Amino acid sequence: MKHTLVALLRDQPGVLNRSVSLFRRRGFNIESLTVGHTETAGISRMTLVIDGDTTSVEQVIKQLYKLIDVLKVSDVTQDPNVTRDLLLVKVYAPPAKRSELMQLADIFGAKIVDVVPDAMMIELSGSPEQLDRFVDLIRPFGIREMVRTGCLAMTRGASTISGPYQTQEFRAA
Amino acid sequence: MKTLTGAQMMCEALIAEGVDVMFGYPGGAIMPFYHALPEYPQLRHILVRHEQAAGHAAEGYARTSGKVGVCVATSGPGATNLVTAIADAMMDSVPIVAITGQVVTSLIGKDGFQETDVTGITQPITKHNYLVTDVRDLPRVFKEAFHIARTGRPGPVLIDIAKDTQNARGVFEYPETIDLPGYKPNYDGNRRQIKEAANLLNQAKKPLIMAGHGILLGHASTELREFAEKTGIPVITTLLGISCIPEDHPLSLGMPGMHGWVHVNRAIQECDVLFTIGARFDDRVTGKLDSFARNAKIIHVDIDPAEVGKNVVTAVPIVGDAKRVLEHLTEIANPNDHSEWVNHIREVQATRSKRQRDPESGMFTPHHVYAEFTRIMQGEFRVCTDVGQHQMWAAQLIEYMKPHTHITSGGLGTMGFALPAAMGVQVACPNEEVWAIAGDGGFQMNLQELATVVQESLPLKICIINNGYLGMVRQWQELFHERRYSATPMWSPDFIKLADAYGIPGVRVERAEDVAEAIHQARATNGPFLIEFVVEREVNVYPMVAPGASISDMFEDPSEVEIEDVVAVK
Repeated sequence: MKHTLVALLRDQPGVLNRSVSLFRRRGFNIESLTVGHTETAGISRMTLVIDGDTTSVEQVIKQLYKLIDVLKVSDVTQDPNVTRDLLLVKVYAPPAKRSELMQLADIFGAKIVDVVPDAMMIELSGSPEQLDRFVDLIRPFGIREMVRTGCLAMTRGASTISGPYQTQEFRAA
Repeated sequence: MKTLTGAQMMCEALIAEGVDVMFGYPGGAIMPFYHALPEYPQLRHILVRHEQAAGHAAEGYARTSGKVGVCVATSGPGATNLVTAIADAMMDSVPIVAITGQVVTSLIGKDGFQETDVTGITQPITKHNYLVTDVRDLPRVFKEAFHIARTGRPGPVLIDIAKDTQNARGVFEYPETIDLPGYKPNYDGNRRQIKEAANLLNQAKKPLIMAGHGILLGHASTELREFAEKTGIPVITTLLGISCIPEDHPLSLGMPGMHGWVHVNRAIQECDVLFTIGARFDDRVTGKLDSFARNAKIIHVDIDPAEVGKNVVTAVPIVGDAKRVLEHLTEIANPNDHSEWVNHIREVQATRSKRQRDPESGMFTPHHVYAEFTRIMQGEFRVCTDVGQHQMWAAQLIEYMKPHTHITSGGLGTMGFALPAAMGVQVACPNEEVWAIAGDGGFQMNLQELATVVQESLPLKICIINNGYLGMVRQWQELFHERRYSATPMWSPDFIKLADAYGIPGVRVERAEDVAEAIHQARATNGPFLIEFVVEREVNVYPMVAPGASISDMFEDPSEVEIEDVVAVK
C-alpha cells in the first residue's frame, strides 16, 4: 500500500541532502518526493510517497525524526486529504490533431500553455491517478517531452500539521 | 563588548563546555586555532601521530569519563583520517565532538589545496554536523554541537570551520539556551508502558534482562543492579554492556551472541520475557532473527525510538533513559525470586565453563593470559581491547567488576582501536591502571601511537596477543573457507625491540608459567610497559554461532562432537 508522508524541515544547509541520503543508505524506496516553502519563513515542507510493502513506513518516520532539522513527520494516508501533482507535457500536434487534443485537455481541466505549428504544451494539475489517465490518453499522439513534480499533500479541514511551528500571523485566533 | 577571533571563540567555547583536554594534529586550515591555543593553558592538547588515533583517544576518553571527547584535525587528509573513528563513535553511541579546519571560504567548492567535503563525507556517520563560514555562528554551533553529542542517544558531532572564519573577529557571547525545535529526546518513558512492562515481568516465570551499552552511557549501573536484585531476574550483558554489573554478582550470567556463552544463549531461547535495555539487537547478538528468543515476549527500552521495533517485534516498547526507566520500574515491580530459573541456567553453565577457562592441552593459549590477568588484577583495572579473537577472549575470560572498565569497538569493529583508545582512557583516569590489549594485527594498525604514549608520559600497559595470524579471519577460513589461509599469516617485527626504540620497556612471554611474572613486572614499572605473549598459533574462539545461524546452534570444538549443541558447519 502507498503511504503519503508530510514532513516539516528547518531551512538549514544540507537538510534535503541529509533526508535523501538517509533514504539511500537505509534502502528506503521512495516513489515521489517534493520540497517547497511553507507559510512560515525558515520552514520547508516535504511530501513523500512510499511503497509500504517494500519499505517500513514506521522506520522512515523514526529515522527522519532523528535528523536534527526535521521538525515533524506525519503519515496523512488515512486522513481525508488532497493530493496534487503538476504535469507539463509537450505533445506532437499537427494542425489536424489540435482540436482533438484540446477537447481531451478540456475534459481534464488542463490548460494549453504553448502552441507552435506541430506541437503543443499542456499543463495539468490533479491527483496522480488523474494525471496517469490523461497521459495514457494523449500518449498515442506522441509525447515529445514530459515532466511531473511529484505529489503534494494537505489534509482537509481547519487543522494544520504545522501548528506549533507557525509564526503568530497564521495561528488560529 | 569583547571581540575575539573565531579561533579564540573556539577555545572559549570549549572551556565553557567543560573541556579540559583534546586530541589533535595541526595543519594548514586549522592553524589559526592552534595559534590561539597557547593563550588558554587550561586546555590540554595531546599531539597524536595520526588523526585516526585522535578520534579513538577522544572516544576512549568519552567512553570512560562520560564527558564529551574532543578531537581536532586539519582539512582534507586530516579530516578524512578522522572518519573511521567518527563512524566508530556513531555505531557505539559515543559522545565526541570532532573539530576540523576547512579551506578559506572563497576556495570552498573549488578543489582548493587540502579541501575535502568533510560535512558531506561524515553526514551518514555523525549525529549532526556543521560547516561554519560566519564567525557569528560559532558560539551557537559549539553550544548546539556539545548538546547534541551528549544528550539523547549520544553520538559524534563534527564542526568544520573555514580558515578565514577562524581568523575573523566578532563579539563572543556564549548562548545559555538552545533553540533546536526538531531535537527533543525523550527521557522519562511512558508510564503506562512501564506499568505494562512491570506487569509482564511480575507474571513471568523465566524472565531475563539483557543489558547493553545504554546502561553505561546512561550511568544506570546501580539502578540496574537494584532492579535485578529486587525482582530476582538474571542479567546478561552484551559486548558493550560488559562491566555494567559486577561479573561475580549471583545474577550476572555473561555475554550472549556469536561468541557468548552457551548457557546465556540458551537462557535467551528459554526465557518467557526478555527485558532488553540500552541494546539494539545487533546481528552478532541475535543470530538468525526469526529464531531469536522465540518463546519470549520482548520488552525493549531504548532512548532512540528508531531502535525500538527495528530488528525484533516488541511486545512493550519504552522510549526513555535507562536510569529513569529503571528507577520507576524498580519502584513498581514486585519483589520476586527466580532462583530455580537461575539455577537451571547455572547448571548448563557448569558443564562448560571449566574447559573454556582452563585448557589442559599443554599449549600456551590466550586463556592462560586472561586467567592470570583476572587473578592478579582483582578487578582493579581498565581494559581497552582491539578487534578479533583476543577481543572475544577478553570479553569472555576477564572478570569485570566496575562500570566502564571494559572499552572496546563493538558496532564498527575497528582494528587499531585499542592503543589510541587506551590513551584516552588513561588521560581520563590518570591514576588508574589502564591496559591496552591487542592482537599482532590490530596493534600494527596504530602502533605509531607509542610515540604519543611516551611524549605524554602515559603509564599504559600494552599487551600483544601474538599468534602470527589475523586470528579471527583465520578462524573463519578454517571453519567456513576450507582452511584456505589467504592473506592471514602475518609477519611481525620484534615488538620488544620496537618498544625499546620508543624507550618503552617490554618483555616477551612464550610459556604459561611466565605470564604472572610479566604482569607483575608491568605493574611494578612506573610508566608504559609492553608485553608480547607469543601464543599457540591456531586456537579458536569458542563457543560459536556460525554467521547467519540460530543462537540455539552453538558449537564448541568441532572435534567434540559428543556435546549436544554441536552442529556440523555447513
